[in-house]
Amino acid sequence: MNNTTTKRNTTDIVKAGLAKRYARERRFKLMGVAAVSISMAFLAFLLISIFAKGLPAFQTTYIKLDITLEKKSLGLPEEPTAIEISRARYDKSIKKALLAQFPDVTKRKEKRMLYQFVSSYASRQVADALVADPTLLDTTASLWVLADDEVAALARQADYTLEKKDKQTEITRARIEELKAENRIETRFNWLFFQRGDSREPEAAGIKGAIMGSFYTLIVTLVLSFPIGVAAAVYLEEFAPKNKLTDIIEVNINNLAAVPSIVYGLLGVAVFINFFHLPRSAPLVGGIVLSLMTLPTIIIASRAALKSVPPSIADAALALGASKIQTITHHVLPLAMPGILTGTIIGMAQALGESAPLLMIGMVAFIVDVPTGITDPATVLPVQVYLWSDSPERAFTERTSAAIMVLLIFLIAMNALAVLLRKQFERRW
Amino acid sequence: MTKTAETTSSDTQSRNSQLLAEFKETTGNVRVTEPKMRMDNVNVHYGDNQAIFDVNLDLGKNEVLAMIGPSGCGKSTFLRCMNRMNDTVDSCRVTGSLTLDGEDIYAPEQDVVLLRARVGMVFQKPNPFPKSIYDNVAYGPRIHGLASSKDELDQIVETSLKRASIWNEVKDRLDAPGTGLSGGQQQRLCIARTIAVSPEIILMDEPCSALDPIATASIEELIDELRQNYAIAIVTHSMQQAARVSQRTAYFHLGRLIELGETKKIFTNPSHELTENYITGRFG
Amino acid sequence: MPLSNSLLIILAIALIGFFITRQRAYSIALKNGGVAKLHSLPLYYGYLAGIWALVPALILLACWSAFENTLINSSVLGLAPADLVAQGEDQMALLLNQVQNIAAGSIEASPDDALQARMVARMQSLQGTSLLIKSALAIILAVVGVLWAFKSVNPNYRARIKVEGFVRIAMLLCASVAVLTTVGIVFSVLFESVRFFGKVPISEFMLGTHWSPQTSIREDQVASEGSFGAIPLFLGTLLISAIALIVAVPIGLMSAIYLTEYAKPQVRAFAKPAMEILAGIPTVVYGFFAALTVAPALRGWGESIGLSVSSESALAAGLVMGVMIIPFVSSLSDDVLNAVPQTMRDGSLGLGATKSETIRQVVIPAALPGIVGGVLLAASRAIGETMIVVMAAGLAANMTVNPLEAVTTVTVQIVTLLTGDQEFDSAKTLAAFALGLMLFITTLVLNVIALHVVRKYREQYE
Repeated sequence: MNNTTTKRNTTDIVKAGLAKRYARERRFKLMGVAAVSISMAFLAFLLISIFAKGLPAFQTTYIKLDITLEKKSLGLPEEPTAIEISRARYDKSIKKALLAQFPDVTKRKEKRMLYQFVSSYASRQVADALVADPTLLDTTASLWVLADDEVAALARQADYTLEKKDKQTEITRARIEELKAENRIETRFNWLFFQRGDSREPEAAGIKGAIMGSFYTLIVTLVLSFPIGVAAAVYLEEFAPKNKLTDIIEVNINNLAAVPSIVYGLLGVAVFINFFHLPRSAPLVGGIVLSLMTLPTIIIASRAALKSVPPSIADAALALGASKIQTITHHVLPLAMPGILTGTIIGMAQALGESAPLLMIGMVAFIVDVPTGITDPATVLPVQVYLWSDSPERAFTERTSAAIMVLLIFLIAMNALAVLLRKQFERRW
Repeated sequence: MTKTAETTSSDTQSRNSQLLAEFKETTGNVRVTEPKMRMDNVNVHYGDNQAIFDVNLDLGKNEVLAMIGPSGCGKSTFLRCMNRMNDTVDSCRVTGSLTLDGEDIYAPEQDVVLLRARVGMVFQKPNPFPKSIYDNVAYGPRIHGLASSKDELDQIVETSLKRASIWNEVKDRLDAPGTGLSGGQQQRLCIARTIAVSPEIILMDEPCSALDPIATASIEELIDELRQNYAIAIVTHSMQQAARVSQRTAYFHLGRLIELGETKKIFTNPSHELTENYITGRFG
Repeated sequence: MPLSNSLLIILAIALIGFFITRQRAYSIALKNGGVAKLHSLPLYYGYLAGIWALVPALILLACWSAFENTLINSSVLGLAPADLVAQGEDQMALLLNQVQNIAAGSIEASPDDALQARMVARMQSLQGTSLLIKSALAIILAVVGVLWAFKSVNPNYRARIKVEGFVRIAMLLCASVAVLTTVGIVFSVLFESVRFFGKVPISEFMLGTHWSPQTSIREDQVASEGSFGAIPLFLGTLLISAIALIVAVPIGLMSAIYLTEYAKPQVRAFAKPAMEILAGIPTVVYGFFAALTVAPALRGWGESIGLSVSSESALAAGLVMGVMIIPFVSSLSDDVLNAVPQTMRDGSLGLGATKSETIRQVVIPAALPGIVGGVLLAASRAIGETMIVVMAAGLAANMTVNPLEAVTTVTVQIVTLLTGDQEFDSAKTLAAFALGLMLFITTLVLNVIALHVVRKYREQYE
């Protein structure tokens, strides 16, 4: 029988090709490993580079100056009120204190350089100190004030190797050494970063304004998108008749989920700002635009959650004579709630990281004040990142990275919450 | 009447458990004179669960061996050990010795690709690839490099389709997608696909369970013809099918090989009480 | 009395209405021999009172507010003398805008403009009257609503059915928000685009190769009309998206293949969350990274081998955008690959194919429609991505396909045109909407095709 020969043949042929085929197999698998590694490496590189850049921003440098605070030269009356103290200008006193600290400076140009040693925010700090303790007036007070960002950068480094070696830097460095010798310079944790709004001076710029802006924007987003999203999901999942209109709504929702976010920004400008005349730059409009954007996410997640509740439970309630809406509100919705909440949190996390549509509706303005309501002009964290990333000062680059770190921490916390919720309430029917 | 039936059924249940507890070794002769594949003391574990207990079995040349038994008895698991398809399940562990022409198929130096080229498999549900009929059959020869020219490949495809008795139905539309065929045709296409690699053994895992009676009949006819060139092991749910196509039949129960013998004998005069209970339909 | 106060009052009326009506339902029920004698639970009678108080009053407020501005404005403009009216609509709009701002207290009035002062005075008085009337009407309506519900409590009144009917309609309205959003997008973008094409011919926009939207700042500077040929923007968008897809598709697909077909559970348990983190990073962070790390690195690398790389090169933006899309492609492919039935893999493995042969010749061809759908969605994402290109790609509208040069994209121009000055009628701002229209149409077409292909693919294996 010639069958045996074919069989031998098969074995031999297959054997002959094996080495090559296994080499191909290894190469293919290696490509997979490489693909995953590239993504992981990029993630690691991104996080490390941002953390390395951002960490210095959590430190700031203070200088102790002996500031003479005479009421007369400050233009204050004999019995100044807190408001008057807080409104007075202290720049001159600070400049004098600086000159007193470095008496060798005499030339005009050198003086101007010296005045940049402390931040312009120092005046505000002196005012705050005086409001807290008015007895300091008419004395020479030793006060810690904020140093300029460049000074801070130099003061943080032990060996100065990284800095450019021009004459001005040399002088500044010498002065820092001088202050160090007198224990007049100190690096502290940068609380200001979490207590202040934006500023032109990097050392005095904070993210509280942006955080509050994000907070108000997200509140508006949540208040609008959660009830509307859940109601829409319940309707589509439980009530909607199978007809053309329902089909259109369905297709619409899926498409909206993939529309570029900037298009929502255009909608915001055209409809809410130009047509309804809602205030520009306000969390109200930002929240409305973001809620339209997150609605599809919430609806899709909620529908999936509703779908996963077994019909037997609804049947049981219906069989007891509960109305359809009672069945849903008493039984189906509570059971679907963990899934709905998970989807909502993920939608909110997306909204928190979104910036493009907010640029369109004017949330990119330079805003110093911390917003106190949904109609105040405000910016949000990601937009603050965008604004600062444009500034050339290195201290702003550091603060940009620090703001990104804060943003990422919020996002990771939200996602962790979603995962936790899913794990905690996950049910298998 | 109903009451009696219930009693009988629960009686059978307890009797079966008792028999299983007493079970020592397989009834009947598990060995053949000219084995193609020989299996000794095969145990299979899925994680902590044991699925197969100490099975000894031979598959002879040019025979059709049927494996029957109630659901979950381990017959499919056992079949999938024979060409190491269980490798795809992470938690699966196989011990014991399985040899093909005297070579241990679980030996470290044994190549699973070569093994599967020699031991082909037909699955429960017809699973043609989403390719043309021609490409489905040519797939095996192509990956193994069995044909050195286009003509040779055409030849292999034609022979395989003819052997699987489907040539006449598809010869005019070899470029049509394999998924467009009827269920029975798809399964014969899958058999042709297996034959195209010229294996020595063909394993069939309930090949007709998804098919209608007419398609089933044509597959059974085909199995009988294939016996001349290949050793065939077939898992089946249908005792009639086992009786029609096989020479020997193995009866599995909860992971144990209870009885093995000539098909005629098993179905007319089973030796073990468990086999008899199954054959006579007291449970299943 | 500001509007928020009248809203609070209406809310209070609704709450009081809820409680008293529920109470009345209780007492009526007790008189008739128990709650079971009522058609609905007392709660539902209460709900009904709340609905009757809130809904008509709020609808009235909304309608009134929507129309009052138009009426007030026309009345205020009626004060303007004929010679002013003759100067044209633009001038009138400007005047009106000024008056509005002064009336709202956001800018100072000019002291010696008598007409302006008269207009402001009339606007303020009209606004005050309007607010008073609408608040009073709304409150009266709310009270009437509660009384109506209160009076209609009787055992045969089907309160639950009415409440549920209302809830149902409310839910339908919520579901229609999605449609309204789409309609809103289409109309806002289309409307402004039509106005834009009234100023700049559509052929110039679609076929022109020169883009410099700087229009004149003053009316008389006719010489420096901007030019609006959008081809360089389309080309730039395509270039950056293409780079992104070249990075993202192979890496994303191979990652998905490795993670679904090869990786051990431990690797998967680590790699999948990491991919999710990558997907969750805001685009502004990617943009920052592209602009401050990748672009300078590329430039330095280019210099070291003697290539001139622009500091805002398309390559930097494209590469980083590609990385951003990797998890997107990967998770879509993951779903698609998992949908390929295991029996298909078994069939191939059973013939003696190696794993990679099975994947390349059986699994991927079987999953191809789904993968193509995923790639289309990824392309739509790349085209619409904004922050990365705003931060890392330039503003220079160069006609080039050289990835080392700076290009600009549609989204960058939309942002630049709209975040600049506030003048809404200039061709410059309207151009943003025309670009938005192009963007919307392109991504919509890609999405519709992709979603359709993916759905058909899923149905095939269900």
